[in-house]
Amino acid sequence: MSDPRVNPSAEELAARVERRAEFKNKERGQLPRVFWAEQSPGERVGNIREVPFAYTPMQARAEAVRCLSCKNEPCVTGCPVGVDVPAFLKLVADGDFRGAIRRIKETNLLPAICGRVCPQESQCQENCMVAKVHKDLGFAVSVGKIEAFLADWEREQGGVELPPVGAETGRRVAVIGAGPSGLACAGDLRRFGHEAVVFEAFHKAGGVLVYGIPEFRLPKAIVQAEVDNLEKMGVRFEFDTIVGQTFTLDELFEEGFDAVYVATGAGLPYFVNIPGEDANGVYSANEYLTRANLMGAYRFPEEDTPVLRRDDVAVLGGGNVAMDAARTALRLGAKHVYLVYRRSREEMPARLEEVHHAEEEGVDFRMLSAPVEILTGSDGWVRALKVQRCELGEPDEKGRRRPMPIEGAYEELPVQIVIEAIGNGPNPLIPKTTPGLTTTRHGTLVVDEATMMTTRKGVFAGGDIVAGASTVILAMGHGRKAAAAIDAYLRREAEAEVLANPV
Amino acid sequence: MFPIVLKKSLGENVHLFEVEAPRVARRHRAGQFVMVRPHAASERIPLTIADVDKERGTITLVVQAVGKTTIEMTAEFEEGDEFANVAGPLGNPTHIGVPGKPDDFRGVVACVAGGIGAAPMLPIARAFHDAGHEVVTILGARRKDLIVFEDRLGSVSSELLVCTDDGSYGQKGFVTDVLRGLIERRRAAGGDVDVAIAIGPPLMMKFCSKTTEPYRVATLVSLNTIMVDGTGMCGGCRVMVGGAARYVCVDGPEFDGHQVDFDGMMRRQAMYKPEEAASLARYREKNHSCRLEVPAAASERTP
Repeated sequence: MSDPRVNPSAEELAARVERRAEFKNKERGQLPRVFWAEQSPGERVGNIREVPFAYTPMQARAEAVRCLSCKNEPCVTGCPVGVDVPAFLKLVADGDFRGAIRRIKETNLLPAICGRVCPQESQCQENCMVAKVHKDLGFAVSVGKIEAFLADWEREQGGVELPPVGAETGRRVAVIGAGPSGLACAGDLRRFGHEAVVFEAFHKAGGVLVYGIPEFRLPKAIVQAEVDNLEKMGVRFEFDTIVGQTFTLDELFEEGFDAVYVATGAGLPYFVNIPGEDANGVYSANEYLTRANLMGAYRFPEEDTPVLRRDDVAVLGGGNVAMDAARTALRLGAKHVYLVYRRSREEMPARLEEVHHAEEEGVDFRMLSAPVEILTGSDGWVRALKVQRCELGEPDEKGRRRPMPIEGAYEELPVQIVIEAIGNGPNPLIPKTTPGLTTTRHGTLVVDEATMMTTRKGVFAGGDIVAGASTVILAMGHGRKAAAAIDAYLRREAEAEVLANPV
Repeated sequence: MFPIVLKKSLGENVHLFEVEAPRVARRHRAGQFVMVRPHAASERIPLTIADVDKERGTITLVVQAVGKTTIEMTAEFEEGDEFANVAGPLGNPTHIGVPGKPDDFRGVVACVAGGIGAAPMLPIARAFHDAGHEVVTILGARRKDLIVFEDRLGSVSSELLVCTDDGSYGQKGFVTDVLRGLIERRRAAGGDVDVAIAIGPPLMMKFCSKTTEPYRVATLVSLNTIMVDGTGMCGGCRVMVGGAARYVCVDGPEFDGHQVDFDGMMRRQAMYKPEEAASLARYREKNHSCRLEVPAAASERTP
């Protein structure tokens, strides 16, 4: 993102909106970007509130005016669920916020969430022609920020429109996991008129949206509002239920469910596997973030669950979870947070905005550094992280240049906490306890890509249990695709029943 | 919400709860545990299931008041109150058989319980007994009033050997002494102890494992470590077993006692000692001042 962020004046924004129909594309492409305000880095590390402030209505409209309404809609192609971006931007520019949010919700049920957590720079905004003209991704129309603005606007109007619920079919569907994929699926199932019961292992709905992504990036009130909406649509939630333990998939069918959607996510943290990982002070990012977010350790001792607070912290990894952990550590009082990544900045999978924010907040990026050992004191607590410097070698099968360790180039980072954020595997509980479900060698479930049906009849799956560690939007996309396929499946089954038992 | 249908004191600082959790009760098998979150601001803590009544849909939990959460549970939750969350049953059920022997082998099982370890031992001892094994139970505690579940365990055991550190009940001594005596005695009589199961404080399980090692008696221990979710998601419960990191929640809770790094486990268990102490001190202070101001202090609890 190219700073400094100098915004056009209020008069300029108003004039731009006024003249919006008159711009020629060449002129439109040169309109200055409209930046949203943010909490200053110094202020925000002292609280857990959201970092960016929402656009004002005029800012959102003026930013939307920058859209060139390209005929071939490259932004729509870049969106995993195909949100009609130019159409909703046009409505925003015209000030028709209600129309715009309706247009988004035709394809994306959770815009307040996606506007905040989608990696727009590698989806819709990556393909934006305005960015191409400027040869700088930072110039893309701020689709995500406008999307979040619209969703917040609608919620604050107090009139969130719920999608119409279909006539009751009497068919029952069990959704396993209340994360983004399960929530999206359950919402659509109600639109088709099927009963939807969501089984969740934790005591709260949201999955990674509540246990993983921190408050400062996705306020939990927003997630809860979406969950409340689903409840209003008739979705039922059953907490404290671990499918594979509390009951099996087979028992769900015996209890009268007609189909099941498995969306249990990537809930198994990987560790690097280096000496010292059983020391006191070593966390998986899953544990660290779950303690801080879901269990409220931010507020310890008001809430009972503690999380270690120390001056020096090392986070391993280069994805969003690593950024979340590093920035959470700062908010928990750490004075020096290292982010240790084997490759270079270009290879980091995190959202640009998160990298930018982490950097602004003072996270010390140690690129091309491979963790080799966690050094412990005689008390068994972490005292340092030993890393080996690397250089980039040949590209690997994914095209990312492989980090090659430089012999003898070791360094010790003095830290008391090490948080490993190097990825998660699929949760093994359901495959382990359900006969007939085929898994890949990575432990993910095998599905028919067109229908999301697994190798078991009536059992569908999506999200990270199928895709491995992926994105919120893709997980939601799976949920919606599966809901449509489940609807078709249930109708086929119903027809077959009628044919088999003619009156 | 999970209503408490029975609360009973079993001795100093130890309470038994029967909690309505029909799904857990229906699926429970010996050796499994639940994650309990007593109220909305509580930690999630693992508690091994001591008994179930499938018909009534209840599970039995035995809670020793040692930290903030357990002190609060035993002091403030009464019959008719509810626990906010009870999730389970979690973990793998106990393998009811003798390691290394065919499934139809019936042997002698030494169930060694330290303190309230007697409670989680009950379903395991009963399962071995019901499967036709001979169960010898060794029950130990620091003193008489810390011995629990004596009758229940006695009913499924061919022998029940009780010991206390101070000699106030049963024989004076540690469970390890009794266990060693049992193995020697059975072997002298031409028999054996085929498998030992130890449940209790980490140190007790460590020394039980050390006791059986020279006799090459297979020994299972049931570990209760710090957990957040209990489903394999956080990795906080990891413990070194035979040199490899294992998760107590999904790989356990029972492991080969001869392979467990007890010292590492105990070190990790102490990770939040200062935080736990601060939390408890704060609770006591708050509770004390509350009682001074408002006699009906329990009302501040979030449901």
